[in-house]
Amino acid sequence: MMRVLLNVPKTVKRGEPIEVKILISHPMESGQRRDEMGAVVPRMVINDFRCTYNGVDVVRLALFPAIAANPFLAFSARADASGDLVFSWQDDSGASQTETARVEVV
Amino acid sequence: MTFRLWPALLLVLCAAGPHSGYEDASPAVRAMQDDDSQNPAMLWVQQGQGLWDQGCASCHGAVGSMRGVSARYPAYDAHLGRPITLAGRVNQCRTERAGQAAWPTEGDEMLGVSALVGLQSRGVPVAIEGDGAARPFIEQGRALFTLRQGQLNLSCANCHDTLAGQRLGGARIPQGQPNGYPLYRLEWQSMGSLDRRLRNCLTGVRAEPLPPASPEMAALQFYLGYRSNGLVVETPAVRP
Repeated sequence: MMRVLLNVPKTVKRGEPIEVKILISHPMESGQRRDEMGAVVPRMVINDFRCTYNGVDVVRLALFPAIAANPFLAFSARADASGDLVFSWQDDSGASQTETARVEVV
Repeated sequence: MTFRLWPALLLVLCAAGPHSGYEDASPAVRAMQDDDSQNPAMLWVQQGQGLWDQGCASCHGAVGSMRGVSARYPAYDAHLGRPITLAGRVNQCRTERAGQAAWPTEGDEMLGVSALVGLQSRGVPVAIEGDGAARPFIEQGRALFTLRQGQLNLSCANCHDTLAGQRLGGARIPQGQPNGYPLYRLEWQSMGSLDRRLRNCLTGVRAEPLPPASPEMAALQFYLGYRSNGLVVETPAVRP
């Protein structure tokens, strides 16, 4: 289970842009490094990230090596109705995780 | 004339006072530290909060009660007769009072809990008591700080006192103030303690690193803390 810090306003005004921020604990191992014994440290990065709002895609990212450990992602979104922002991602080991933030439109 | 200027020059140098590594960091690094939602150290703080609520809270209550505590650490412990770091105190509490195994200094648990406790004192000026029985340890730490060592034959003071503020490669040399530990270091891509930073420095001058739980390590950290008196606690800071 990866540790996650989500930063999403709980209540927003209809149609106003909001900033969505997410910080995920992940080693983001590039696959380029070697350990003390000279063996290649296998690549282990989050390769797919998706954020949907009420089932509609907000953002979809294909991630590659050369992104620092513990990636921080920020983007803007606009809400026309209350709903759930659902974040889901998957890494090279196949591990996936989903986090949800409720947004109320006032 | 020259002789008359000396006292004035000394006064200027002393008045400069302690200066946080935050001031020497780039705007991008400072922005990471300023915004908790961008600061990766907050991932450890979040973990520390979980551990606090499970264990520490049963005696200490809400973690807010720890405000100001980390500003006084490392502190001289009259009972032990030596200085003790915040991490040392957490482990003492775990082993002596909670009857649990000590956490490794560089483990996520210890980093998380000490960052959480440090965070409560954010903005509080460091106020480490270094008089009376604590004095010999401050002096021991100061001696270590000014001791030339390693193949490069450098003391901490050579760079972090005499040359602080000047440039080494592309980076400004900081004073080496410990007011943000434990902190997130971009070079480590992780959180780390002051122990780790000091090991880094010592291997950097190609000296033998101090053993983790040694009296020398404790005295050096105690002196560094004392030297930073007056700076505000920045835990958990971000540094390049």
